[in-house]
Amino acid sequence: MTEQRIPHIGCVAPNSEDEKRLRDIWEAEPGLKGKLGSVDHKVIGLRYIVTAFVFLILGGVEALIMRLQLARPDAGLVSPDAYNQLFSMHGVTMIFLYALPVLSGFSNYLWPLMLGTRDMAFPRLNALSYWLFLFAGLFLYAGFAFGHGANAGWFNYVPVSGPIFDPGPNIDIYALGMVLLGISTTVGAANFVVTLFRLRAPGMSLNRVPIIVWGTLTASVANLIVIPSVSLTFFLLWLDRNLGTHFFDTGAGGQALLWQHLFWVFGHPWVYVVVLPAMGIVSDALPTFCRRPLVGYAAVAMSTVATMIIGFEVWIHHMFATGLPPLVLAFFGAASLIIAIPSAITVFCWIATIWAGRPQFKVPFLFFASFVLLFVIGGVSGVMTAAVSLDWQLNETYFVVAHLHYVLLGINVFPVMGGVYYWFPKWTGHKTNEVLGRWAFGVLFTGFNLAFFPMHILGVLGMPRRIYTYAPGMGWSLLNLLVTLGAFLFALGVLIFLIDLLISARRGEPAGDNPWDAASLEWSMSSPPPAYNFRVIPIIASGHPLWEDRLNQSEQRSKLHEGFTLLEGRETLGTSPLDSEPNAILRMPGDHLAPFALGLAATVFFAALALHGWLWAGLALAACAATLIWWFWPPKAEKAPSDREAAHV
Amino acid sequence: MSEDLVLDKPLPVGNTGPRHTGLWGLWTLVLTEGSLFGYLIVSYLYLGVASGQTWPPHGPPDLLKPGISTTILLASSGVMMLVEHNLKRARIRSALGFLALTILMGAVFVAMQMHEWAHKGYGPWTHLYGSLYFTITGFHMAHVLAGLIVLATLFVWILMGRIRPDGPKPVTIGGLYWHFVDAVWIVVFSTLYLAPHLHG
Repeated sequence: MTEQRIPHIGCVAPNSEDEKRLRDIWEAEPGLKGKLGSVDHKVIGLRYIVTAFVFLILGGVEALIMRLQLARPDAGLVSPDAYNQLFSMHGVTMIFLYALPVLSGFSNYLWPLMLGTRDMAFPRLNALSYWLFLFAGLFLYAGFAFGHGANAGWFNYVPVSGPIFDPGPNIDIYALGMVLLGISTTVGAANFVVTLFRLRAPGMSLNRVPIIVWGTLTASVANLIVIPSVSLTFFLLWLDRNLGTHFFDTGAGGQALLWQHLFWVFGHPWVYVVVLPAMGIVSDALPTFCRRPLVGYAAVAMSTVATMIIGFEVWIHHMFATGLPPLVLAFFGAASLIIAIPSAITVFCWIATIWAGRPQFKVPFLFFASFVLLFVIGGVSGVMTAAVSLDWQLNETYFVVAHLHYVLLGINVFPVMGGVYYWFPKWTGHKTNEVLGRWAFGVLFTGFNLAFFPMHILGVLGMPRRIYTYAPGMGWSLLNLLVTLGAFLFALGVLIFLIDLLISARRGEPAGDNPWDAASLEWSMSSPPPAYNFRVIPIIASGHPLWEDRLNQSEQRSKLHEGFTLLEGRETLGTSPLDSEPNAILRMPGDHLAPFALGLAATVFFAALALHGWLWAGLALAACAATLIWWFWPPKAEKAPSDREAAHV
Repeated sequence: MSEDLVLDKPLPVGNTGPRHTGLWGLWTLVLTEGSLFGYLIVSYLYLGVASGQTWPPHGPPDLLKPGISTTILLASSGVMMLVEHNLKRARIRSALGFLALTILMGAVFVAMQMHEWAHKGYGPWTHLYGSLYFTITGFHMAHVLAGLIVLATLFVWILMGRIRPDGPKPVTIGGLYWHFVDAVWIVVFSTLYLAPHLHG
């Protein structure tokens, strides 16, 4: 039967023969094949983060052009059609190409390091997920580059986005690009779920994993359930537009509201998908700067899960003004109010952590502490719009724009920037510049509030969303000018942030293994980490492996330097789902070109659909099938019978 | 919990056991694909109710031929179980025979479904019901075709000796996918074919 082995437990000294062996096994080949075929989660994670930031900058430039247009009444900088594309692509970019991918980048990079393993469960699927994300982003932008960007808003309501009112290729490209991106998100989510339940180090039981793991796990399960909804609705719209089906065709019995339901069944959980891992960043990193563990770990972890569960029952609060029966509105309004409770629990845990700790006002702390404030502001305006009667007043105004930017920038961008400052030393081995960092934070925080707080007032004054200009006598002119100034100030902050990173990556002080004196496992290895992550798979005894001596919560100590060596191949330890008891030695797949090839073939398929090149679409589909067969091709049976069993995913 | 960990026991090497990583992966696929069909079914019911049209417009669908093809598809799941059973006992020829039979039964289902499509008398663009009918059965058809490619690939791999009795996991995983495709059809068939007869 299957080969069995008692895994060797011991030490692997730095620069020893054994360590060299690990490097030989895990390091990617040099050259193009190594680059395109890499399955190293750290490489993929950083690619995700860098690519997401490029999209953040693109979306930011689009916002700046819109703000120039709106800075004064009756401006003529861009045409109404160009403005439609700008606000649509701005939303698409920020929501889909920045907000989740950047968090996927963090989680990809950090998960195996935090959980104590040598890679993700499906390394090749991980590579596929990145390539599909990149190609889907390019796909969506290819239309924009030719003047055919999405132009019916990021939530793309029918009938405005239907074949009659929007006949160009714009929406077709958006629809197909979203289906392609959905595949990327789905395979990424599957990878996170399986990694969590399969690859944690022995002793890293569920009650010891960092909160970002809870956040990403919750978000990933939600993604598996709700991504099909948005992919389906975009596909149905594409069918309506290209094959003459009638799903949204109200003249033939179709329903415009079907779009809104299918979109927001996905869209509202998605809002939590793009904030829960970011909240996890804060829950994990803030305590480092308070010099104490997070207050209420279990409460925060359970609130994360509770937020997502309630998050499945709030989508109708995007549809309060569509004429649904009052009972429905009451139910979904109530659920939208209740969801504030787990968020509030988490906020009080953060405040208590700062209160009970000895805060060190380092740059990441500034971002995390200000995030708590912005979260409260964005949360309160959310609770306000959860009340149906007030929502009817504020719906489709700048108040909603203010709310969603407080939420998405406040709970995503600020934690992400804080997280970049926090983990940058781990990624590059260099510290960032504390002075530039403080300047970046101050400018970003001021610019952000100047740009978005006045939007609340504009909304109350009745300024609608998505208008490309307004008349001088509306009383909106001064506030709009302030918003524009704030937006440019914010952009300046981003510039300082990027300059800081670019300089520090080359000339920053050496960081050492654990520059912040943090508690979690990713700080136990060198910066940047070696390709194999851990010289030995550690054996974990608490949720704060690097702080055990000073916390002294029990007699138990984690073993970080003596553990499973697993030197006999590209191996890591498989453990049980809840208690993480070792139950297998997993053979991990190495670099492979199939993920890149599959990503390319899938993109060609969708491009062919967009261009109605049916023959090309068929060929590309056949190429996808062939690539998958190549990917999963079982290796030839060797002497060791279990080699055939190696995972190929 | 680490105090209870047993660390010096022998562990299987490679990706084996009932919690094979690939099986975990397939279960995530089942979750997300199951959700996809859930949204399709909900869309069908919602549009059917909201449109106020005669539903289906041509009366409840005929059950004889679809009933036969459904029976064949569901029976193929049983045959697929025999494939793994025989493979594990090193009866390679039986395993290959049953696998070929599974593929044949899947192909018959595809052919009968295509025949039904061709004789419907309306297309996806004719009316709302047609859009739903062809999209939902089309999604399922795509999954059957993908399943047939998977099964054919497994056939080749067993024939080549790449999948052997001591490592049948690819067949377990491919088989589970096939069962999933069949289970989805039960839901689709019940909703599209059987339900209209209830109030017919």
